Amino acid sequence: LRATRCPTSFIGAEQKEEAKAERVSSDCLPPTFSVSEIKNKQRRHLILLLESHIFSVFVFQQKMQLKKKKKKEREALGDKAPPKEVPKTIENQRVYDETTVDPEDEEVAFDEGTDEFSAYFNGLTNPKVLITTSDRPRGTVRFCEQLATVIPNAHVYYRRGLALKRIIPQCVARNFTYLMVINEDRKVPNGMVLCHLPDGPTAHFKMSSVRLRKEMKRRGKDPTEHSPEVILNNFTTRLGHSIGRLLAALFPQDPQFVGRQVATFHNQRDFIFFRFHRYIFKNEKKVGIQELGPRFTLKLRSLQKGTFDSKFGEYEWVLKRHEMDACRRKFQL
Amino acid sequence: MFVISSLCFLQVIWDIIGNQQFCSFKVKTKSQSFCRNEYNLTGLCNRSSCPLANSQYATIREEKGQCFLYMKVIERAAFPSKMWEKVKLSKNYEKALEQIDENLIYWPRFIRHKCKQRFTKITQYLIRMRKLVLKRQRKLVPLSRKVEQREKRKEEKALIAAQLDNAIEKELLERLKQGTYGDIYNFPVHAFDKALEQQDEESESESEEEEEEEDEEEEEEDVGKREFVAEEEVEESDLSDFEDMNKLRTSSDEEEEDEEESSEEEEEEEEEMEVEMKASKSKGKSPANGSVVRKKRAYVEIEYEQETEPTSKSRTTS
Repeated sequence: LRATRCPTSFIGAEQKEEAKAERVSSDCLPPTFSVSEIKNKQRRHLILLLESHIFSVFVFQQKMQLKKKKKKEREALGDKAPPKEVPKTIENQRVYDETTVDPEDEEVAFDEGTDEFSAYFNGLTNPKVLITTSDRPRGTVRFCEQLATVIPNAHVYYRRGLALKRIIPQCVARNFTYLMVINEDRKVPNGMVLCHLPDGPTAHFKMSSVRLRKEMKRRGKDPTEHSPEVILNNFTTRLGHSIGRLLAALFPQDPQFVGRQVATFHNQRDFIFFRFHRYIFKNEKKVGIQELGPRFTLKLRSLQKGTFDSKFGEYEWVLKRHEMDACRRKFQL
Repeated sequence: MFVISSLCFLQVIWDIIGNQQFCSFKVKTKSQSFCRNEYNLTGLCNRSSCPLANSQYATIREEKGQCFLYMKVIERAAFPSKMWEKVKLSKNYEKALEQIDENLIYWPRFIRHKCKQRFTKITQYLIRMRKLVLKRQRKLVPLSRKVEQREKRKEEKALIAAQLDNAIEKELLERLKQGTYGDIYNFPVHAFDKALEQQDEESESESEEEEEEEDEEEEEEDVGKREFVAEEEVEESDLSDFEDMNKLRTSSDEEEEDEEESSEEEEEEEEEMEVEMKASKSKGKSPANGSVVRKKRAYVEIEYEQETEPTSKSRTTS
């Protein structure tokens, strides 16, 4: 099988010549022959594959040559060379959101001083979390137990078909600050309702890629009882800010640095990644981290003002797929 | 007179549909046959339960939560549209039973009994329906596969873009630099940098001699001795509180301390110093405290002899 001519549709003129030059050495069939005339599908396919491979190798070589040339030019110019072009990423191209929070914004600071979390952030209340599942949990109980080790002062209760609206007053009576309901589908957790209790906001997340502790590679020993530190990354907009505060208030205000544990909520393109690590400072410039604990990603679906009330609640924000997912460079959190 | 018994034709009907030929309402299973006729009282295909083969028949049917008693009598057999008499039963269970009784008075026992049974069953399932509506209902939300796949891909790409490990490490180092950890980790910034500088100088100028500041304690100095002046100052003033001094401890520091302590013969000191220096230099460790010096320093192998017993090297630090 020899490559005859390239299919001429998708290459430019000079490249065609080059390609022809490559093939001069190989003995060709009569020049009026084209690949599409081979009746045998498998042979035709093989030849096309070969040609496309040759073509792609050729293109790659051209690219490398171009790169080398550019590098030489840059070195030749020395200091006068134009600054290196920054590659475009989605984060670079993100549509500017007008609700992005300025660090010095007074209005935001005032709001945060008087919202539902102000009690927590002023150190008045200690978080106490109740974790439960949907009806008849099959696979999520283990996940809930692992979560309870990660979040200090968390209790797991078995859901015996109780209505959430009846659970909430009882929780408030027992001084719980958070109610976390893990919804499951076919033994896999897929949703989370996080309700701040003394009539605080309720957030509904979609949960995905849940990894339990035993599925982690190179993981450390089990987390200890020390309260971990919290890292919140990339919560820039106003909505992101409130979600960040919601998540941060799960953990006690003063972390115990002795435990060297850190829980991270990292927001990237509207996905919140949760990780739990143990860190150790090797020296001033290097730190080693080791992942313990479960990991999952959350995507916010709705944020509601009061406690959980799906029918009559007042929604602050709802994910509307058609509007919000239409633009690929626009993110909400 | 040709009297056709009113029941004859019914028997004929039953013969046809019941056993021999076809009945469109009949559902036959292995053990039993059922009747799908809506007016059937029991649901089974029997001679006594067939509404087509019985001229006098009654049923209970419910519509939208309301129960009705349907009756069929032979007098109306000729008028198909008026054949079934519909009586609305009261919502009260006992009253409805009385109604059934009074409507079906003088009717065959079988029909009366079966009607009451059917009515009981219907009311029970209506109650259950009403109770279920009040309880929480599970709402099934359909997922669109395309959307889910799209979301999954986006999540993967976002994960790659996030570079979580780097971000976390950076954040932790930032916090360390800002001092949120307080004094737990003893990486004092300035001393460390100075130590770095000093080491650079040392490695550059190995052959040079550097003099000590504390000349008063020693009269003779060895040529190859290296002392780092800056480090002494820093160490004594700033780092006296820290527990492990290993990061900044160098051979010279130990020497100085020992020199300070031991106020004995200078020869001894010298030898001690030499011993110390060489020992520590050759090993790269400080033998007294047994901890590891992190930085490997350039060292010089020098042979040594111990003439005098080295004095106790108690450390001044807490």
